Formats: sequence, C-alpha cells, structure tokens
Amino acid sequence: MNRVLLVAEHLDGKLNASVAKCVSCAASIPDAEIAIAVLAADGSAVAAEAARISGVARVLHVRNPANEPALAAVLAPQLANLADGYSHVFGSSTTFGKDLMPRVAALLGAPQISDVMAVESATRFKRPVYAGNAIATVEAPAGRQLVATVRVASYQAAPAGDPAPVETPVVDATLPTHTRFVSVSGARSDRPDLQTAARVVSGGRALGSKENFAVIQRLADRLGAAIGASRAAVDAGFAPNELQVGQTGKIIAPELYLAIGISGAIQHLTGIKDARTIVAINKDAEAPIFEVADYGLVGDLFTLIPEIEKQL
Amino acid sequence: MRRILVALKRAIDFNVRVRVRPDGKGVVTDGVKMSTNPFDEIALEEALRIRERGGADEVVAISIGPDEAQQQLRNALAMGADRAILVRTDQAIEPPAIARLLLAFVERESPMLVILGKQAIDDDSNQTGQMLAALWQRPQATFASKLELTDSVARVTREVDAGLETIEVDLPAVVTTDLRLNEPRYIKLPDIMKAKKKPLDVTDLESLGVETASQLRIVSLESPPQRKKGVMVKDAAELVAALRQKGLI
Repeated sequence: MNRVLLVAEHLDGKLNASVAKCVSCAASIPDAEIAIAVLAADGSAVAAEAARISGVARVLHVRNPANEPALAAVLAPQLANLADGYSHVFGSSTTFGKDLMPRVAALLGAPQISDVMAVESATRFKRPVYAGNAIATVEAPAGRQLVATVRVASYQAAPAGDPAPVETPVVDATLPTHTRFVSVSGARSDRPDLQTAARVVSGGRALGSKENFAVIQRLADRLGAAIGASRAAVDAGFAPNELQVGQTGKIIAPELYLAIGISGAIQHLTGIKDARTIVAINKDAEAPIFEVADYGLVGDLFTLIPEIEKQL
Repeated sequence: MRRILVALKRAIDFNVRVRVRPDGKGVVTDGVKMSTNPFDEIALEEALRIRERGGADEVVAISIGPDEAQQQLRNALAMGADRAILVRTDQAIEPPAIARLLLAFVERESPMLVILGKQAIDDDSNQTGQMLAALWQRPQATFASKLELTDSVARVTREVDAGLETIEVDLPAVVTTDLRLNEPRYIKLPDIMKAKKKPLDVTDLESLGVETASQLRIVSLESPPQRKKGVMVKDAAELVAALRQKGLI
C-alpha cells in the first residue's frame, strides 16, 4: 500500500483548483491511499470541499490561527509531523507548493521530485528539465519517503465523489515566528483563473503599451477567457507578473490559447505546450510561435482583433 | 562583519537550444556554451547592490561544481564579489546535498543573508534555497522581486500566483530570486583584471565530510513530443470559422 499525503492549497475559504488535479496524479500511483492535509485558521469549508474529491480516503484538518495567511516556514513543520507513516508527500507546482514542499522534504530528510508530469510506478516518475526541452525519467529509492510537486497542467481534475471522513489530528510542532506576512496585492477580477481557464488570451511585446493591452482584455471578455502575458510584456510593465505564462510563470493547459503579438520564445512555449489548440497572431511570419500553432494568422493585431470581434 | 553568501551554479547558457543525446543518457554538452545560472547572477547583483548601499560589508560567491566553474566565480569576482569559494566535484549533486554543503559554509561564514536563484535552468528543481533555510532553521523568502533590509529584518516582495506578496523575515535568512528583482550589470574589462587578484579558494568536496550521495537516479532522458505545425489562415473570418467548427468558441 502506498500512502499519499497531499497538501491542500486554499485561499479565502476555497480550495485551490490544483488540488483535484494533484489527486489525479496521486491516484495514478499503484495501490494508493490518498489523504489531504488542510492546514488553515478555520478551514471547515475547505476540508469539506477536499473530502468530496473522488479518490480521497480521508482529510486531515489542522486548525491554527497561525496557518493563515499561509507561510512555508509555519506550515512545513506541521506537515513534516503529519507525514509520519506516509510513503509520498505531494503538493502542487504552484508558487505555494514550490515554496513549501522543499522545506518539508528537508525536514523529513527526503528527496524531492519537482514537477511530476507522469507516474510510471510508485518510485518512478517523469518530469521536465531544461525548460521542457527534455523529459527525465527519475527513479526514487524504494522503501523511503518521497516528496514531490505535481505539474498540474499534466492532469485533469478528479471528479467529485462521496465525502471522505474528516479527521482532526493533533500536531506536535513548534512554529517559528521569524517569518511574518505583510500584504498581498493582485488584481482580483471576475475573469476566469489563468491556471484553470478553458480559454486564455495572451498578449506580448507587440502590444506596445499598458494602454494597448486593453485590446487583449476586451477580446478575453468577449470569449470568457482568462488573460495571460509573455515575459516581455510583463517586464515592459504592460501586464502584472501574475499573468506571466511560461517556464518561470504559469504552466497552463487550456482548451484554446490565443497568443497575440507573442514571438514564442522557448520559455514561453514551455508554458503552453499542453494547450489543446494554439492560435497565433503575429505580424512576423517567421515568428517561432507559428511552429507550434494549430492556426496561424499573419498581420497587424490592432487590425485583426477588431475583425475577429466582429465575427464573434 | 555583515556578510552575504551568494550561491552560483554553472549551467548551460540560457540561449542554447538544449538537445537530448541520442543514447538518452544526458543532453548534448560538447561545444555548448556554459554560463552562470541567470537567476544566480540576479542573486549576486542584489548582494552587490546591498553592499554598495552600505547594507553589507562583504559578498562571498560560492559554487559547487567542476573545476571549470572557476570561470563563473571569476566572473562573479569581476562583477564585484569580494571573494569566492569553489567546492570542486565532478558528480552531479542533488539539491538536498547542495543545501547541506551550503549549510557547512553558512556555519563557517555566519552570513546575514544567503541569496540564490529560485531555480537552476538545467534541472529546474527549485529546491535548494528552501532546503537550506529548513536545515539552517531560518526564514525563507522565495521568488523575490524586491528586497529591503533594515538591521535585523528583510522585507521581501515575492512573485506568487495571486500577484505580489510581501513578507517580513528576521535575519539571518535565505532569499531566492525571481527574474524581476534586478538586471545584472555587465562586466567591464578593468574589472576582469582586478578580479584576477581576488581570492578564489578551491576545496575538494570529499574534504568537507558532507554526505552527498545521489538519492534519485535519472533512468533516461527523452525529447519532448513535438507539436505539429498547423495551418495558416488568411484572415479573421477564416480563423473564427475554423475555431467555431472545432467547437472552441
């Protein structure tokens, strides 16, 4: 029996959409029994939501005011404590998981495999390296604890199922006070979330300014799509950092991805290679984005986007 | 002495289009340009700026890697690091062991800050800084895009999925860098000459008595499946029609 402990990311009383995708990854480990750890200030709603994911055997709900806002240094010792008896400790490859899981691994003295994209066996996994230019098959030692993060774009969300029991274990861990949350800023909007949206419209350097980036927003609104941006557009200040798609930004797998005015640097392509359909609009017919696009359209985006909107 | 330790990794240059070797045992490295991992260069630049503002007295660059990593450390000295340390090894060392090795130097050097890249662009692990912080039992501020220091506290803005998060950590602490923290300076020729006189200590990994055996085994490497090039459409109407036909809009 492989016992998998999954760390639940959550915010404002809602479970992050990546958790159900991590469950799918964990469920592909042979003979896996999956538990989800919910560490929260209250977290009752989150724990109930986690318990309804199909394939989850139990939820470990740990209540502590210190758990929100989430800080890796505070969560890690609690998770290391909860992980006792589990063969695998998984988190998602979101910034939350990337920050937290290596700290847990170090406390457990366990190795970590980052960005798992396929499970070959309980000890053998595939992960991208070199910005996705190579896929490594990695073997972890048998009979030892393993920590991993899951590349969520590689997995479909597990469906809802019958609720699993929620347990409230007592965690014996000393929590540090050396790390303190100050603030978080980010545009909260009614738009779909970039990481889980079915459609994404992304803008690149060719937008030319923050003001011009509004054409991307308008098209996204028309399509009910999330907004993304290339690194060049973020670096230039056209779009905020949380919209960056690519190797060091978000790795996404929408049904439809529109790359507008994006040349297609390898780091950007790494972030979209699991998209079902890629559309590229660029005035440079030689742009590398056309090499991966299912549909390419050469021309000036400021002319073409209004024409597309007219057709919708 | 207020000291900043910066960890640098020698990695394949970010402009190189990496290819998997036909035998699947690694990637092509013959004749391939090697550079300092770009995130680590940002880490060094940040340390230098702190020192130049009077926030630190000394910047020490450390690398764990082959003899050739001396080139990257000489570059670090030319950028402005005060001294450099190479822990020489030809093995590929995994993040937990790198963290243990760095901890040995942290204990020796007592830095107020350790700054490293959030990930190396070869194995893309994104683990070492967090692991070092855990072993050192000190704070971590990962994916930093802004760093402000007072005597005992660092205020760090982090690039997170939700946007920008600001946290405060007591010093000493570990900081890992994101892309927008700064833009590293270019090295000028006179700096390269000056760097030749700066100390670069070379220590063999074995002499440190740190357990560094690999725990993970790379079974094989393969090229990723390539997306097929699609079709070019002639105008907006044709594009919208095609997407409609596939039920995408």
